[in-house]
Amino acid sequence: MGMTITEKILAAHCEGDRVEPGQYVIANVDLCFGNDITAPIAIEQFEKAGFGRVFDAARIALVPDHFTPNKDIQAATRAAELRQFARKHSIEHYWEVGRVGIEHALLPEQGLVGPGDLVVGADSHSCTYGAVGAFSTGVGSTDLAACFATGTVWLRVPESMKFVFTGELRRWVGGKDLILHTIARIGVDGALYRAMEFCGPTIENLPIDDRFTMCNMAIEAGGKSGIVPPDEETRQYCEGRLQRDAVYYASDADAAYVETHEWDVSGLGPQVAAPFLPSNVHPVEELSDVALDQVVIGSCTNGRISDLRVAAEILRGRKAAPTVRVIVLPATQDIYRQALREGLIEVFIEAEVAVSTPTCGPCLGGHMGVLAAGERALSTTNRNFRTRMGHYDSEVYLCGPAVAAASAVTGHITHPAEVAG
Amino acid sequence: MEGRCWKFGDDVNTDEIVPARYLSLTDEKELAGHCMEGTDPEFVRKAGSGDIIVGGRNFGCGSSREHAPLAIRAFGIQCVVARSFARIFFRNAVNIGLPILECPEAAGDAQTGDVLTVDPARGVIVNRTRDKSYRFPPFSPEVQAVIDAGGLIPFTRKKLRL
Repeated sequence: MGMTITEKILAAHCEGDRVEPGQYVIANVDLCFGNDITAPIAIEQFEKAGFGRVFDAARIALVPDHFTPNKDIQAATRAAELRQFARKHSIEHYWEVGRVGIEHALLPEQGLVGPGDLVVGADSHSCTYGAVGAFSTGVGSTDLAACFATGTVWLRVPESMKFVFTGELRRWVGGKDLILHTIARIGVDGALYRAMEFCGPTIENLPIDDRFTMCNMAIEAGGKSGIVPPDEETRQYCEGRLQRDAVYYASDADAAYVETHEWDVSGLGPQVAAPFLPSNVHPVEELSDVALDQVVIGSCTNGRISDLRVAAEILRGRKAAPTVRVIVLPATQDIYRQALREGLIEVFIEAEVAVSTPTCGPCLGGHMGVLAAGERALSTTNRNFRTRMGHYDSEVYLCGPAVAAASAVTGHITHPAEVAG
Repeated sequence: MEGRCWKFGDDVNTDEIVPARYLSLTDEKELAGHCMEGTDPEFVRKAGSGDIIVGGRNFGCGSSREHAPLAIRAFGIQCVVARSFARIFFRNAVNIGLPILECPEAAGDAQTGDVLTVDPARGVIVNRTRDKSYRFPPFSPEVQAVIDAGGLIPFTRKKLRL
């Protein structure tokens, strides 16, 4: 019996030649990381346990991205704890405001994650790096504390689910629509404890940024990880940035999958997830009477350069509706700089849109766009749970950058074709 | 252990267990004051130490925040019983030593106010109010070893001979 790409990566990082789904392994990590919310708890545990030294300062990253620039005194204190730990243990993969970006955009961009890697992060969206052919998954703060000390993590080898996408994507449809469609079909626990392998002709033609979006939201189906078999697109992205040797794994033809789904997505239009679950997905047309108070374009899901290009294409020469507060957050400083060079930032400012420094801020109701009672946002982020972006009685709808930009112009949920043709 | 049950539905997420606006807190006692606030703002006034939370499917889904199981434990909840657990919540609970038990039948039958007796060693849950008993499967030996050590930190300390 052959192995899936996920099983091969896990096997290469623990004892023995092969692993079986359901087996528990102690795996060596290529990189572990946390942020200003999860790492302070890990740091406290690490110090209290008397672990002393970190296993390898070069394989740890600390990313103060959630509540930075510091939103209040408590957040500033947590960020200071991160900074002090980074200095004490000479952790070079640490970035201050002005250099920092959203972790799941920043780490691949900086070449810290690549094909064949095993990565754990104390953040649920750590599954994002499957987009470059890595096994990566979210863990907790205690996991991170132990990993700081040992460089290892306990894992149950997941069963794999295969998603084969066929058909050419229509205009204004991208990775976000594919993953929302997937979560709608299988449910928010449809991939619980499992690895989601995305493949097929549609995925082979899918740009890397869209692959990041898809793998990012594997957790929203309960998945342990998402992965796209690395190919020429991956190679082009990683070339010149990856700081380690890449290993390009592929699933064997006779690898075992617990489920295989084959979907023709050529007829798929833009998708929107209504409150309060990412699986509550509708075609955009069905929600066109939903009026909005805020539109957010950014996050680890959709804050990359291609997302900003799509948004700017629609907002160019237009203005945000006067009833809507529109906030764009480039996910990293490099993305921000590239957007500046391409004139996208000017497009946003001319459209009367607020452009923020990189931060997770509004996605989790932290800062930079918190909702009041009765308010409603449309957002390119990943979660629409109750209280997610603010008050208990606020609402979040999820979509891709094209629908977000079109809706910013009209003030209600809108198909991009209605605005931009 | 025996306690009064508080029943929740499917897909209770960690934003509901501890809303993100409290994530710059690290003190367990302070976190406990916001336990379940995103789904039931009155929970901390109604419930008490020694109670048991019962969830539906996919309990603890969403964010990896360990603040969620920490708040539940610090509030004094003895254990969480659910139809199923989201994977990061599951490992966080194991790692910090919060007892969690997957038992679809017991979780399905129990209602708020029921009195449950839980015996993790024997794998038995008894609903005293409904006079019904349920069995749940043991953890894998690997997970049980972490639980027996008192959580992942003592487990790791032992491994490193600290």
